[in-house]
Amino acid sequence: MATTSTSTGDINKTKSVEVKKKLNVLIVDDDTVTRKLHEGIIKSFGGISQTAKNGEEAVNIHRNGASFDLILMDKEMPQRDDGVLATKKLREMKVTSMIVGVTSLADNEEERKAFMEAGLNHCLAKPLNKAKIEPIINNLRDA
Amino acid sequence: MELVQMQKSLQDYTKSLFLEGVLDSQFLQLQQLQDESNPDFVSQVVTLFFQDSDRILNDLSLSLDQQVVDFKKVDPHVHQLKGSSSSIGAQRVKNACVVFRSFCEQQNVEACLQQVKQEYYLVKNRLETLFKLEQQIVASGGMIPAMELGF
Repeated sequence: MATTSTSTGDINKTKSVEVKKKLNVLIVDDDTVTRKLHEGIIKSFGGISQTAKNGEEAVNIHRNGASFDLILMDKEMPQRDDGVLATKKLREMKVTSMIVGVTSLADNEEERKAFMEAGLNHCLAKPLNKAKIEPIINNLRDA
Repeated sequence: MELVQMQKSLQDYTKSLFLEGVLDSQFLQLQQLQDESNPDFVSQVVTLFFQDSDRILNDLSLSLDQQVVDFKKVDPHVHQLKGSSSSIGAQRVKNACVVFRSFCEQQNVEACLQQVKQEYYLVKNRLETLFKLEQQIVASGGMIPAMELGF
């Protein structure tokens, strides 16, 4: 029987080109519609997502052992700084995931600064779309 | 009606929604997330918006009907409606919510609630018509034409 010889190196190279890292994302927002939108955006990048309705839920999900590549964090849920407090708490818990704030208050410099100082990696303005999040997702994939 | 005519009607109708400011470019973003793996994405998101908004407006009406209005309870409802309308591109609803929140702080909101309701029922009516036009095209075996903001 004829056999084809293929080097192990070629097989591994093919596999690494074909397999894209499936991003695991936590979406934290009190609004059902916004959560659905963000789920759709993450799915369009081939990622998978879990959702939380507020900061406390997000923190509890991590206390139960979950970890994520990316966390999309709303600011007001509906308490004004719920997302700020949750971000601080997650960093205190040594969560090293990329945390991206997504807020309608992104244009307010003071609010944005306070949110960033809580431990965000980035802050994006609502409403979110593919173009806004794409550079961040590409960086995560390349890392 | 011929398929080509239906598709043209849909495009013209959709274009009018953008020109009137009822929808903004975020709605196009929503449409771009719909594909074979997610074929009903837009109608799912918009249906959620309708369900949530009906509930929020009902809660708002009840809150403002009280003898003593607790404005601290009113603002989170409007904030949520602002957020969800922004997420789907319902521009005029979002703008009405922004105005409402300004008036909320001055405690002068009855007229603002009416404006929010007016804009919401307008976008609800228009989107329901849009979906009906799309369904007619699909039922006739046609494709929904892609919409671009080239006007």
